[in-house]
Amino acid sequence: MGSGQRPVGLPGWVFVPAAVGAVFVLLPLAAIVARVDWEDFVGLVTSDSSQAALALSLRTSATSTLLCIVFGVPMAMVLARTSFPGQQVLRSLVLLPLVLPPVVGGIALLYTFGRRGVLGSTLEVLGLQVAFSTAAVVLAQTFVALPFLVVSLEGALRTSGQRYEAVAATLGARPTTVFRRVTLPLVLPGLAAGAVLSFARSLGEFGATITFAGSLQGVTRTLPLEIYLQREVDADAAVALSLVLVVVAVVVIGLARGGRAA
Amino acid sequence: MGGAAVVLLGTSAGCGSGPEGAAGTTGTTLTVYAASSLTSTFTELGKRFEASHDGVTVSFSFGGSSDLVAQIDQGAPADVFASADTATMDRAVAADAVEGDPVAFASNTLEIAVPPDNPARVTSLQDLAEPATKVVVCAPEVPCGAATQKVEEASKVDIEPVSEEQAVTDVLTKVESGEADAGLVYVTDVQAAGDQVEGVTFPESSAAVNTYPIAALTDSRNADLAKQFVDLVTGSDGRSVLADAGFAKP
Repeated sequence: MGSGQRPVGLPGWVFVPAAVGAVFVLLPLAAIVARVDWEDFVGLVTSDSSQAALALSLRTSATSTLLCIVFGVPMAMVLARTSFPGQQVLRSLVLLPLVLPPVVGGIALLYTFGRRGVLGSTLEVLGLQVAFSTAAVVLAQTFVALPFLVVSLEGALRTSGQRYEAVAATLGARPTTVFRRVTLPLVLPGLAAGAVLSFARSLGEFGATITFAGSLQGVTRTLPLEIYLQREVDADAAVALSLVLVVVAVVVIGLARGGRAA
Repeated sequence: MGGAAVVLLGTSAGCGSGPEGAAGTTGTTLTVYAASSLTSTFTELGKRFEASHDGVTVSFSFGGSSDLVAQIDQGAPADVFASADTATMDRAVAADAVEGDPVAFASNTLEIAVPPDNPARVTSLQDLAEPATKVVVCAPEVPCGAATQKVEEASKVDIEPVSEEQAVTDVLTKVESGEADAGLVYVTDVQAAGDQVEGVTFPESSAAVNTYPIAALTDSRNADLAKQFVDLVTGSDGRSVLADAGFAKP
């Protein structure tokens, strides 16, 4: 990168706060690793409840990421490529879950999809019971993760501009073809980054899940909920599971970066 | 994170409850660590204590009993500790944190909480085993869940819960919102929830009686005041306030 080119120097003082910041983020991770009881580690993370929680977390996070893509890509397109009155307000509102405490999100979902919620009776008529089901976990995760995908993709769409799209259109390509052959390949790195962020956010989801979905092994008790529960009785198990979650997160981010570099 | 929240809560409760104490020149602060389920009763008892002790402010830190013991063990400056179960108090005793013997001052049993219209028509513990009834309980890892397990074993009623929650309050909110048809919580929780839920008592609850002990702590710098506060809680004033909230005698 930049070979032969003289790099622009940074002011020397920048390195001090940068190093402090890096230590601030990395030290707690090192503290978890240091605190792990390695002798019992395998036993702790392979227990029935741990495996069920990890499997559930991966399954629900993958589903939520898929839902984020299905709904988030069109949302980002509408926000980036059109303009209509109230768009700014709509954008702020759509991105609200980003800054909302997840517990508040959980309460909001409860009064929307819960049995006595806004849509509760409609869903019940359709034979759908969201409460205490894995679907509730997916709803909670999608709710908090969707803005991450929308923000990343909208940024990518704005940066890439519309020049190529315009050319394709003048050559007679229809909007769907332009989207598939031009827009999508251009913003793929941004979409990938957004999807990874959504997956990571889903994986870590706690507040909305515990408020809205409940906690039952194999059904609604995801890894963060299992960690929180194990903390009550077995600190070692909680630490071991925390490390698993850290490793999964590192692997996900590593995969995403590898994918972008290739 | 939970610990920090607890400490903040304790601090703000302390500030709110004793402006006159803080204004006094010879102000002394008595710090009481107590189980969350004692929040309303102890706040009331703290006010009475301040009223009868000039210049004394009672500051509370309410939280999960095991969190509180951990904090006391780490040197938190507490004068009095009241626990929601004897097992947790035993841990404080084992850590040499307790002055003298703990005194049992109240007890609590489980009760079924249902939404006000009782949609699943729950009238007994046996009704909770009905597959169509959505029942929420505490996870066996936490004290209210352990009590639930004890009751299930003693009564041979096998409940298949739709959720095993982290805390009594989580069970209660799921019942209040109508998400669940029934939940197992403590008698005092049903009473504190007022019109939000209805209570259904059941005889099998006697299989799991939770006893609340209180003790003055070794490291207290206000040993006399600490002892007087313990006396207030275990005395007739304490008894009446606790009984109003639904607590039984120990």
